[in-house]
Amino acid sequence: MFGDSIRKCLAGLQGTQTWRVGIAVIAKENYPLYIRSVASQSELKFHYTVHTSLDVVEEKISAVGKSLGDQRELYLGLLYPTEDYKVYGYVTNSKVKFVIVVDSSNTSLRDNEIRSMFRKLHNSFTDVMCNPFHNPGDPIQSKAFDGIVSGMMVQTG
Amino acid sequence: MFCVFLLGAGDQELFRSLYTTLAQQLPREPMEWRRTYGRAPKMIHLEANFVQFKEELLPKEGNKALLTFPFLHIYWTDCCDTEAYKGSVKEDMLRWQNSLRTHASPDWVIIVVESNDNKKKNKTNILPRSSIVDKIRGDFCNKQNDRCVVLSDPLKDTSRSQESWNSLLLKLRTLLLMSFTKNLGRFEDDMRTLREKRTQPGWSFCEYFMVQEELAFVFEMLQQFEDALVQYDELDALFTQYVLNFGAGDTANWLGSFCAPVRNWSGLLLRRPIDMEKRDGIQRGEASLLDLRSYLFSRQCTLLIFLQRPWEVTLRALELLHNCVQELRLLEVSVLEGALDCWVFLSCLEVLHRIEGCCDQAQLAANCSHTVGLWAYATDKLKSLGELCGLVSEKGPTSEDLNRTVDLLAGLGDERPETGEHLQSPYKKLKEALSSVEAFERHYLVSHTHSENFLQEALKSYVSEGWSLPVTHTRRQIAECQKLLGRTEDYLQTSALLAGDVNLSTEERKHFCQEVLTYAGKPGDQSHKVTLSMSVFTELTRLQFHPAKASVHSGAVLQVELTLRCLMPVSVHLQQLAASIHFEVNHGDTLRRSKGHQRQTNQGTVEFSLGSSATGGMPASALVPSLELDEVQDRSPTDNSLNSTAVVCRNTHLLMRLHDSSSSSSSPPDTPNCINAAPVAMKEGAQMLKVQDVTLEPGNNSIILTAPVIKPRTYILRQLCVTVGHVQFVLPHIYPSVQYDVYSQEPQLTVEPDIVVLFVSAEPLLAGLPQMVKFTLLTGHYAVKKGDALQLSNTETMPVFPSSSCSACILSPADGTNISLLSIQASEKVTSISLPPTPPYHTLEFQLQVLCIIPSGSQRLPNERLTNGEVRHRPRSYSHPDTPMAAIDQRMSIDCPWSIYSTLLALTFYIPFKTKHSLLSAGNRKYIQVWLRNVSDVNFTLADVKLSEKQQASLELQSLNTKTQQLLCSRHSVFCLWEVRWKDDLPLCLQCVFSANFSPLNQDVSAFKPFHYQFQLERVPIFPPAGEQHCRSGLLCGLEVCITRLTEPAEAELAEDSKTDSDGLKTTKLMYEVADSSSNWAVCGRSSGTVSMPMAANATHKVQIEVMPLFAGHLPFPKIKVLKYLPHTPSTTIQPDPDSCLENDSLSLLDKTLEDQGDTASIRSRGSIHSVGSNEHQQQRSSTMPRLEPFSPGQVFNHSQSQQVLVLPAADDHIIEVNAT
Repeated sequence: MFGDSIRKCLAGLQGTQTWRVGIAVIAKENYPLYIRSVASQSELKFHYTVHTSLDVVEEKISAVGKSLGDQRELYLGLLYPTEDYKVYGYVTNSKVKFVIVVDSSNTSLRDNEIRSMFRKLHNSFTDVMCNPFHNPGDPIQSKAFDGIVSGMMVQTG
Repeated sequence: MFCVFLLGAGDQELFRSLYTTLAQQLPREPMEWRRTYGRAPKMIHLEANFVQFKEELLPKEGNKALLTFPFLHIYWTDCCDTEAYKGSVKEDMLRWQNSLRTHASPDWVIIVVESNDNKKKNKTNILPRSSIVDKIRGDFCNKQNDRCVVLSDPLKDTSRSQESWNSLLLKLRTLLLMSFTKNLGRFEDDMRTLREKRTQPGWSFCEYFMVQEELAFVFEMLQQFEDALVQYDELDALFTQYVLNFGAGDTANWLGSFCAPVRNWSGLLLRRPIDMEKRDGIQRGEASLLDLRSYLFSRQCTLLIFLQRPWEVTLRALELLHNCVQELRLLEVSVLEGALDCWVFLSCLEVLHRIEGCCDQAQLAANCSHTVGLWAYATDKLKSLGELCGLVSEKGPTSEDLNRTVDLLAGLGDERPETGEHLQSPYKKLKEALSSVEAFERHYLVSHTHSENFLQEALKSYVSEGWSLPVTHTRRQIAECQKLLGRTEDYLQTSALLAGDVNLSTEERKHFCQEVLTYAGKPGDQSHKVTLSMSVFTELTRLQFHPAKASVHSGAVLQVELTLRCLMPVSVHLQQLAASIHFEVNHGDTLRRSKGHQRQTNQGTVEFSLGSSATGGMPASALVPSLELDEVQDRSPTDNSLNSTAVVCRNTHLLMRLHDSSSSSSSPPDTPNCINAAPVAMKEGAQMLKVQDVTLEPGNNSIILTAPVIKPRTYILRQLCVTVGHVQFVLPHIYPSVQYDVYSQEPQLTVEPDIVVLFVSAEPLLAGLPQMVKFTLLTGHYAVKKGDALQLSNTETMPVFPSSSCSACILSPADGTNISLLSIQASEKVTSISLPPTPPYHTLEFQLQVLCIIPSGSQRLPNERLTNGEVRHRPRSYSHPDTPMAAIDQRMSIDCPWSIYSTLLALTFYIPFKTKHSLLSAGNRKYIQVWLRNVSDVNFTLADVKLSEKQQASLELQSLNTKTQQLLCSRHSVFCLWEVRWKDDLPLCLQCVFSANFSPLNQDVSAFKPFHYQFQLERVPIFPPAGEQHCRSGLLCGLEVCITRLTEPAEAELAEDSKTDSDGLKTTKLMYEVADSSSNWAVCGRSSGTVSMPMAANATHKVQIEVMPLFAGHLPFPKIKVLKYLPHTPSTTIQPDPDSCLENDSLSLLDKTLEDQGDTASIRSRGSIHSVGSNEHQQQRSSTMPRLEPFSPGQVFNHSQSQQVLVLPAADDHIIEVNAT
């Protein structure tokens, strides 16, 4: 793994990134409702990353919940950085988690951009939930949602 | 610490002693520090460093140093002599001031030390009111009087001295702070200016770094760690920005030095407050990126620890390490492979050590969440280092690996002196770990056993939360662990799971599948078998019964078709597939069937819900099993009526459990995904459905098993077991439960009309004609052997016609038909039918011709008078609601070989004819007419119609029927007429027999069957008044009321009714009343009266009443009401009324005189004379009060009910009325 990263270092930016951005929507019960990353070859790693981030999300929710009650900031900020990527979290009031994972080398994405991405995501998610034919708790298969996510990935990736 | 430069003139010793006091006293009191740019004011303690003034120490132009900046210049003097002042001191002061001015150091103060001793010494020179202070102020303190301070008697402990000290200190502090603020402001401005120049070529980050760090140092000295930290953070951010800009293509020249290849990866060093070595490197512009970062972080770390924020250190450390790795990539710095890992590892441990050094264990434990990231990172890095250096490979490191290790170790440099004596320093750890495989393993791997447990835990959480990719990966790791640990069963289970995992590539799946198959195919002891859960191998998706009703008789063939979805990537050969069955004995042989069972066997197909692996992303915990609802009906055991009905949920336990687990931290249900499925065991010894040597292809497979159906019971399929060599895959519980019934059936014999022979299928059997009936024998469990025969008891009313060419048809359940011959032997009493041999559960059919003899007509008399008293022989005829034909149930008694009891069967025959007779009169001639109606659907030919007297021929019956043969169509009638001629008197009763032969239309004469109709004519007299033959309207007639007691009086009545009349007979009293409501009759004379009835059965009383019919025609008899008469005193003896009669029975209208003239007497067919015993009567006992009490319903039978009497019109004498009913 590390040797890989060294090679990438040497190859510079011409080297293919594993993934630039990944977006996941996680149900209240911590199972994935929607999970998507740009490159599929390290999907596993992405899944692991998202799953690991859920602990941090939980920690943050419980910490925030104690102090502020219902006046909660949905955006949780940077959940944890790793060598290769940054994980940002967002929790809706119904405890559905959004996780955006961004490649660490992607320096164009600042807090504000991430925030607006989450807001967009949340809006689209709300639309999905408003669909009377959608069964809450089912994996999201909405094309509109997919489109929004794709748009974000193109934009950021 | 501020540099305060001092210049003194006078007693140096005194001054020196004063400095120390000053240095001590100065920080005692805090000062409010008002700051520029709106920053919040702060209370600070000023400390000062007193330095002897030297010209060369004054800051030169462009000096940026703040630390060594002289903020305040103090001139000390104890001069109290004006002369001395004027002579030397003033000059000295001027020189000082000049030099200050040239160096732009405007902050100064002159302290004049006064002491009484001095004053005393120079008493003469003292100028009153014009002190030396004033002079100095006048000379130097141009409008700045506060720049000259007097310190009085500094060494004495007087209040005056104290006061002067305090004011001096205050003054010094104020001035010092003023100067500091001013200079700091200027410094900051300079620094900002410098920073703004960063876009200019030649700007150096390192230079700027030094400047801003100076500021940080100052703040640190002032104990303003927060501000100091801000300086470093700003530097950090600035540098980061440059690196990012570099990444974006905006290269700064000075970054070049940071892009040099990394040669040293010795990690962070946090034990020194200031790592001067690195700082020098930065100052010289020779620092590498890692050096700069390390230094920066060590400073930040120091400040954070001062600020008591150790956890921020850990967070920042992690961020830093990640960031550094990124930045090195971004800057395209060449690094030896593994060097960064070393650096990160060492740094992580260094940070952790540093934190551990400033916290106690409890704090550390409570904040482990902050350190865990570092630990994990360090572990990761050590792991990758181990991989890099070949320390984890099975063969050990290669020479290439060793070379790399040596290179890496070289880059670590020498151990720092600070940590040299630590036995557990990060440096030592890494060095040791990299040096040998064993040490590496000791440091990295706790043990495989532990890791497997950890992995299992992780797997559980992934499974329960439905993360399929991590599940797959974790399983693969577990498989590795299990393989290493030699845990064969677990390994095989995991391998099987992985072989069916769609997340893996086909090659991987094949590999794991092969692992299982290889083990299974190993030669060796076959008795030991590894049992695995079937769910990993194949899924049972459907089960289908053939035949679909899943209920067969014993010995039949029942096949079970299993649809198995094989999850393996390759086809697998099974030695055996077996389904074990569990059975419960049926209650008796009846087919008891629950509602749930019916649901199952709806189409004989059971669909099994798929395991969660088939549902893709949905986690096991989110899978809600669908409700299984069954309708339950509770029926009364006696009449099968519905008592209650309900809907029952059969899987509440599952649903409720799920509900619970969702509230807690969702424990994974026992899904096939979970590797720790309960140990499965195949129950041995149970009955099984087996199939040998099957090959399962990937995907759906259909396997047909033959179910054992020997004993009648309900079989429940419990487990499914697949054997592949040494490996068994067991499905421990088939759910929903699947069952089939095997029943045993008693032989059953039915007889029914043969549909084929009759024209219409609904055609009933006709009595009087030979009819084909079909015998159907369901053999059930009984095998009909050769020589078995059915014994029909012959009856007179239904003879059997054995035909020689009788054949039987044997139907097997598999639709085969066999014809075999049947031999029938008839004897006088028994008809014996020899049956052909028939296997069990076959159907034997044969036909037999029988004839039901139509009961002769006496029963058909309109009054239904029964001539035949023997009930046993009498087939009861009754009218059927569906047909106009009268029906006869003909019983057959058959002795069957399988039973000791006779089988009683009933056949219903229908009499095709209806007959009526009537007596017609024409003048004095009498005719008997018989009306014959064909009520069946068949056309008949009628022949040989005859009428004869049953007994002696007293009359001559002359037939008026001309045709010998006659067609009688369906639903048509035929009338036959005979004239009656008589010589003597007409007999009172004439019994006739009408007979005719009939056959269905278009059949020959031999088919004619006789039909008999017996009837009886009776002469019933109606008595007209004397001289008259008939009652005439308007004339009086006599009405005889006849009351008969029908029952014996009850014992109690006898006892109680003690009245005795003169005859010694006990009597009861009745009241009768002629109550004609329809005004047909007029009652002449008394219409009511009481009678005394003797208390004996059949006691009869007759009363004569005169009535007059008011109309001509058939009038109903007048109604007679009978009431109980209860006298008021029991003791009163009542004279028996001569008219009194008892109890009702028959009321017949009689003429006063009997006319016996036969020719005029109206003869009528009489109904039954007595309807015997149909009504009970109980004599009511008398009560004390005279009153009338009606009989309760049914106690009084009116014999003349609805009978009519013919009344002739008053004037008509000549018409002869014929009454025929």
